[in-house]
Amino acid sequence: MTVTETKPPVAPTATEPASTVPPSRGSRFTGAAANYIDERTSISGLVKELGRKIFPDHWSFMLGEVALYSFVVILLSGTFLTFFFQPSMASVNYAGSYPPLKGLDMSAAYSSTLNISFDIRGGLLFRQIHHWAALLFIAAIGLHMLRVYFTGAFRKPRELNWVIGFVLFVLAMAEGFTGYSLPDDLLSGNGLRIIDGLIKGIPVVGTWISYLLFGGEFPGTKVVALFYSVHILLLPAILVAALGLHLLLMVVNKHTQFAGPGRTNENVVGVPILPTFAAKAGGFFFVVFGVIVLIASLFTINPIWTYGPYDPSPVSAGTQPDWYIGFADGMLRLIPPGWEIVWLNHTWSFNIIIVILVLPLFLGLVAFYPFIEGWITGDKREHHIAERPRNAPTRTAIGAAGVTFYAVLWAAASSDLMATHFQITIEGVIHVLQALFFLGPIIAFFVTKRICLGLQKKDHEIALHGFESGRIVRLPGGEYIEVHEQLDDYERWRLVSYNEYKPVMLRPDSKGRITAGERARAALSRWFFEDRISPVTTTDIERSAGHH
Amino acid sequence: MAQHDDGGENATAGSAVVKSEPPVVSPGTAVIPSDAFENPGLPPHRLRATDLDPHKDRVAERRVYTLFFLSIVGSLFAVASYVAFPIIPGNTMSVRLNTLMLGLGIALGLLAIGIGAIYWSKNLMRGDELTESRHPIRGSAATRERAVEIFKEGNEESGFGRRTLIRNTLIGALVATPLPAVVLFRDLAPAADPVAQLEHTMWAKGTRLTHDPTGVPIKAADVTLGSVFHVIPEGLNDKADRLEEKAKAAVLLMRLLPADLHISPGRESWNYNGIVAYSKICTHVGCPVALYEQQTHHLLCPCHSSTFDVTNECEVIFGPAKRPLPQLPIAVDSEGYLVAQSDFHEPVGPSFWERT
Repeated sequence: MTVTETKPPVAPTATEPASTVPPSRGSRFTGAAANYIDERTSISGLVKELGRKIFPDHWSFMLGEVALYSFVVILLSGTFLTFFFQPSMASVNYAGSYPPLKGLDMSAAYSSTLNISFDIRGGLLFRQIHHWAALLFIAAIGLHMLRVYFTGAFRKPRELNWVIGFVLFVLAMAEGFTGYSLPDDLLSGNGLRIIDGLIKGIPVVGTWISYLLFGGEFPGTKVVALFYSVHILLLPAILVAALGLHLLLMVVNKHTQFAGPGRTNENVVGVPILPTFAAKAGGFFFVVFGVIVLIASLFTINPIWTYGPYDPSPVSAGTQPDWYIGFADGMLRLIPPGWEIVWLNHTWSFNIIIVILVLPLFLGLVAFYPFIEGWITGDKREHHIAERPRNAPTRTAIGAAGVTFYAVLWAAASSDLMATHFQITIEGVIHVLQALFFLGPIIAFFVTKRICLGLQKKDHEIALHGFESGRIVRLPGGEYIEVHEQLDDYERWRLVSYNEYKPVMLRPDSKGRITAGERARAALSRWFFEDRISPVTTTDIERSAGHH
Repeated sequence: MAQHDDGGENATAGSAVVKSEPPVVSPGTAVIPSDAFENPGLPPHRLRATDLDPHKDRVAERRVYTLFFLSIVGSLFAVASYVAFPIIPGNTMSVRLNTLMLGLGIALGLLAIGIGAIYWSKNLMRGDELTESRHPIRGSAATRERAVEIFKEGNEESGFGRRTLIRNTLIGALVATPLPAVVLFRDLAPAADPVAQLEHTMWAKGTRLTHDPTGVPIKAADVTLGSVFHVIPEGLNDKADRLEEKAKAAVLLMRLLPADLHISPGRESWNYNGIVAYSKICTHVGCPVALYEQQTHHLLCPCHSSTFDVTNECEVIFGPAKRPLPQLPIAVDSEGYLVAQSDFHEPVGPSFWERT
């Protein structure tokens, strides 16, 4: 791709190398090395194609980068941990150097995790780097998804990349859960116990899945080794492949950019990979890595030595999973009492079936949202401009409803802690959250939509009549007015450069029929685009100028 | 992946953006007004202090190499800390110090590179933005035509579409190849039937109730009113599958006033002077129901807040669990120790499909 560049404006430091000076030893070597490699790999073509590729800049584009870089940190720190960790549930007698647990029977996995923490220099640091990086990874993916969602960056041609990103999100959670279970400590063992109970509740196959997963009865002696394979081999392999595809599609589609003067759907405005973006992104990798190491050296995470080895009998009050699994745990807690029946000589545990239906349904809606919206709008154009959330009020409101739904489930996972901290009854907390499970998203939807429309109205007003200048003028008649000043072209463009959609008209197809699908689409479209604020046009401005 | 274009557009600051041809694909229900504003083009570029003042440029340069130098110091400090702050067995403070010093060194080594590189890019590298044009993601008409042609040629040369028997058997064969994987995983678990194992625990007639985790037998006389004991069957600690048995056999023992107990017909003899034993494994998803509220005689599961009423044979009064905790019938042997009368009369722990 050819990039037409303008000359850098003023560069006092840029000194053109004089052509008369013969190349130095260093540059002769670089040249020879480059030639050697290119003659064997044709890599110059890649450099030509990608070297000056343009990346748009915005702080929110950094979130995906954080996810990517923390994943690299996870790979590096995790590899270090594999050198010392023993994925075995064989019973050993602890003889390491942590006094309170000396002489206790425990699994080799737990014992080797203690050794990593207390006998290997830097072991605890790397365990904490690994854990903090994993938390940051999942958090960054979540925020990155929200950014992509709320700016409509999932629209054509990026629907598939959204789905791949969703897969990465699910894989990250699975990686988190399997990794969390490896030390075989009391807390993670209770997490596995919940998974076991959850699986056993699945109709028909549940008992057998649990039996195979744990290699016999819970807890068995196999699950740590099995999770280890999954955690360090299977899932990372899929994750790396999906990540590669995610990045490849990003390069093919090029990054979205925010609406702004000079930025169109047909161009990319930003900095070139070499050198600016490489320096910024490369530097940012080190910043992310550095911040994770700093946190890991200052703050303890997952102190498994205080929990003790896994034992099915003890449990501590206020047990909770790592935060990213909280929404699933919360859903389990929100089921009202008594949702289980015996029917046809089998146990139907609806207190579990509902959970394993609702969560995939919610996640499925997230995964397929781009196709749903694409179907409603019927818009087949490519979209490369990231929208301001207010300019798509219904989508933003749906997003807010989804976030609220997730937040309610998440809060439910801490229902007992809320009850004890705020001195309220646990029944009260659960009942409120059960109500919010249904009402919360609806309230969030309407509130958000109104806020978006309000902001759009404000934009409309400013684009049309200008902004308040703060200059008060007294008219000859004695009246005071505040002078409004028009925006300049660049500022106004930010406010008016968006698309408005109309509800679809219900029309018979070529055979004169109105299909149920079309009816549904029309109804959804009405719901989506009934309330809307059109962007200000030149005609509006002319008309409004005529008024004054 | 990357397409060659026929020359990018020239976007000088402040110039209007060249419009490409109108979209040929459906905009759906989007409204495209004819009187929309024109994109005003890139605003004029504003120069940075380092572009204008050679002194500031030199200061910035100095900052960048100072940061890179600091990074070297940090990394060396980390190496020195590895040696200087060893772990002394049994001394938790030495672990903390090792973690802290090593971590701070590595963090400095990394952060200084990162901040230096970003500062460099922001202040010394070219400051204005460049423009590159986009192209439709779909291949050009010619490319797509050629792709279709290639598939047609491939089809003709192989006869994939024509020789239907070859094609269909191939598809069948490919579908069948992963089938062995379906059976290959059976041996993850032992041959025995899981359902039979879920229905029974270690408890049997005469098994003594012992303290968890010591295994010391419990005398009925030691169970005072209001007390609660965490109980395992005698001999559990010697078993090879200790944890699997414990995950089913763990029991809570409580003593209430006999008058407080509401006993259903058939269970009159299951308690001993108000001493009752119930499975500790939650009937929801199997967490240990470890929290006993002495005043209300409620048992609370800390995982999902299922609450069981001990006075009413542990029926569920709150939370997602459905079934009461199974009761272990107990008695006292000739030496005054508490023993089980039998195994539980129903499977303990979480529900499963085959449970009736």
